[in-house]
Amino acid sequence: MRAGERELTDKLAAGVRLNFSEACRLWDLDLLELGSWADRVRWRLNPEPRVTFVIDRNINYTNVCTSGCRFCAFYRLPGAADGYVLDWELLAAKLTELKEYGGSGVLLQGGLNPELSLSYYLELVSFIKNSGLSLHGFSPPEISFLAQKSGLSLTDLVQRLMDAGLSSIPGGGAEILVDRVRRQISPNKCLTDQWLEVMRTAHRQGLRASATMMFGHIETREERVEHLFRIRELQDETGGFTAFIPWTYQPGGTELKGEAKGAVEYLKTLAISRLVLDNVPHLQVSWVTQGPKVAQVALKFGADDFGSTMLEENVVAATGVGFRLSRQEIEKLIRTSGYQAQLRDHRYQMLPG
Amino acid sequence: MNLPGIQDPALQPIYERVAAGRRLSREDGCALFESHDLLGVGRLAQMVRERLHGRKAYYIYNQHINYSNICVNGCKFCAFGRQAGAAGAYEMSLPEIFAKVEERQAEPITEIHIVGGCHPDLPFSYYLDMLHGIKARRPEVHLQAFTAVEVAHLADKAEMSVADTLLALKAAGLGSLPGGGAEVFSPRVRTSLCPEKLSPEGWVSVAQEAHRLGLNTNATMLYGHMETVEERVDHLMKLRSAQDETGGFLAFIPLAFHPANTGLSDLTGPSAIDDLKTLAVSRLLLDNVPHIKAFWVMLGPKLSQISLCFGVDDVDGTVMEERITHMAGAETPQGLTRSQLETLIREAGCEPVERDTLYRVIAA
Repeated sequence: MRAGERELTDKLAAGVRLNFSEACRLWDLDLLELGSWADRVRWRLNPEPRVTFVIDRNINYTNVCTSGCRFCAFYRLPGAADGYVLDWELLAAKLTELKEYGGSGVLLQGGLNPELSLSYYLELVSFIKNSGLSLHGFSPPEISFLAQKSGLSLTDLVQRLMDAGLSSIPGGGAEILVDRVRRQISPNKCLTDQWLEVMRTAHRQGLRASATMMFGHIETREERVEHLFRIRELQDETGGFTAFIPWTYQPGGTELKGEAKGAVEYLKTLAISRLVLDNVPHLQVSWVTQGPKVAQVALKFGADDFGSTMLEENVVAATGVGFRLSRQEIEKLIRTSGYQAQLRDHRYQMLPG
Repeated sequence: MNLPGIQDPALQPIYERVAAGRRLSREDGCALFESHDLLGVGRLAQMVRERLHGRKAYYIYNQHINYSNICVNGCKFCAFGRQAGAAGAYEMSLPEIFAKVEERQAEPITEIHIVGGCHPDLPFSYYLDMLHGIKARRPEVHLQAFTAVEVAHLADKAEMSVADTLLALKAAGLGSLPGGGAEVFSPRVRTSLCPEKLSPEGWVSVAQEAHRLGLNTNATMLYGHMETVEERVDHLMKLRSAQDETGGFLAFIPLAFHPANTGLSDLTGPSAIDDLKTLAVSRLLLDNVPHIKAFWVMLGPKLSQISLCFGVDDVDGTVMEERITHMAGAETPQGLTRSQLETLIREAGCEPVERDTLYRVIAA
């Protein structure tokens, strides 16, 4: 064992917070050792032998988007023949189906569509709110885009959305929170500080949010750690993040192309996320990109949440990766991994059943 | 001495035995299977794997031929076997088999892997002519063909001893035997799932006969259906004793049960946790079998990659057109290319090594 490595494992054993250079050295540890340390943090933060999941539906209200992200196979430019905005009737049908399935909430995200006005968004929020389902909606790039378009401050916009019924925010659009990377892969999307500013504003107004990281494209491993540190710093300030969800870039049908990172890289990144983000309570597996088997293994690498049933998933599916799991399958996957399956809502409140 | 990060105290004495290079007991095997510390078990297996193979991870450029699914055994866990005349039953004629070989003649295949059902009618000459004919077309290729179950069936039908059957097959070009058909040796399980199949004693004696005649074999265990932890451990112990006697097993391949389309389709099949644990415990108990193989067609490329960190040193091959597992609902791709396999191995922190059937390194 090298000298630096011993110092690092001492810190891990003591459960002491890691600084940036220490966190970068985690990559040198053996996969299983890393997983063992991450699993310890999992039990410290989540001492119950349970794994949570949510019954929701992933609704994408529009695929029209000006962001032009090179890693995305889902978006269409304004004016494209196959661009869409979901009509109200179809939305209502989707909500009814979700309620019949026992769903507690909707995960709502869409493109940066210049033709949609503030009133459309507010109507969308109250429409869903009135269905009795909770709304986990609008990633920071969407909120940032809408603030700019409507001329409202972030604070005012978030308040209007909350008044209309928004109850929490998904942490999408974070990709890698390093501007060098963002400028190259998502030229028209909000930069790191703005992404964090939206989250800061939302947290201060009482909205809880998740945070994501899409990795395995042009970023370095050090930049992944930088991403984790930006999340950790904001969390120290606001405490508003419920969960962190890293997932691997899926190249199918995208402009960026390349190869998807494998399962070992995924598990290492997951474990390092658990070790760095000592202040974010939950860590979610990405069965959509990794498949059910790797998702089970991920429960031994720091994760304590299985994500959601989704019912539909359009964004990753556009890259040709198409895992699907029912509520029963998720429960079985959790149980056969040796944990109790616990239903939750989007704010990580536990639900009966 | 402690291994940092080991969480289950029950693993500590086992760790000490592994570190000292001592043989593990049946009780150790059960404790390993029962431990909740999957990563701890995996790390013990890695100690053995690295001692034996360093960071090397082997793969083979091979071709699979499943010549017929017609089978008299009717095992409940099988989605592949059919009775003669049943819907979906098939048998390949010799010209069809040779055409499959010729189709891929330009590829640098080093092994052709041939497995089928226990066919009630095909004459012994069919098998001999198959081997002869393939060897005539590709003399450089190693033929790994016919599980112990098929060999016993052929001997029976030809009214020959197992030794004479193997010698005749060897003279026709047989190079080694695959490890299938072992299932789980427990009589309780076999009475319920495969009463017609060659007995455990029969399976072991065919494998050992092959070893004595200079033919290497592999060994398998079909897990994740109705067997208990103790029955898995007993299976491994039986293989270890057999290996002590004849030493001809090259690789052990735990086979994850795939329930779809079988007589046990209400079962779930093993979890990924169980898959990795079974591979790791196999590495730890089978201290005299050189290689532990994760058959990626069954586990999927992603889990196979992870398994390289759980005691596995071989991910099988660039398989194309595999029928047995895919008929049981495996959603894995039909084939991986050499560069996909090598990337998969490198990303796990290992060094890809192309091997032939006998684990001789193929120069790049």
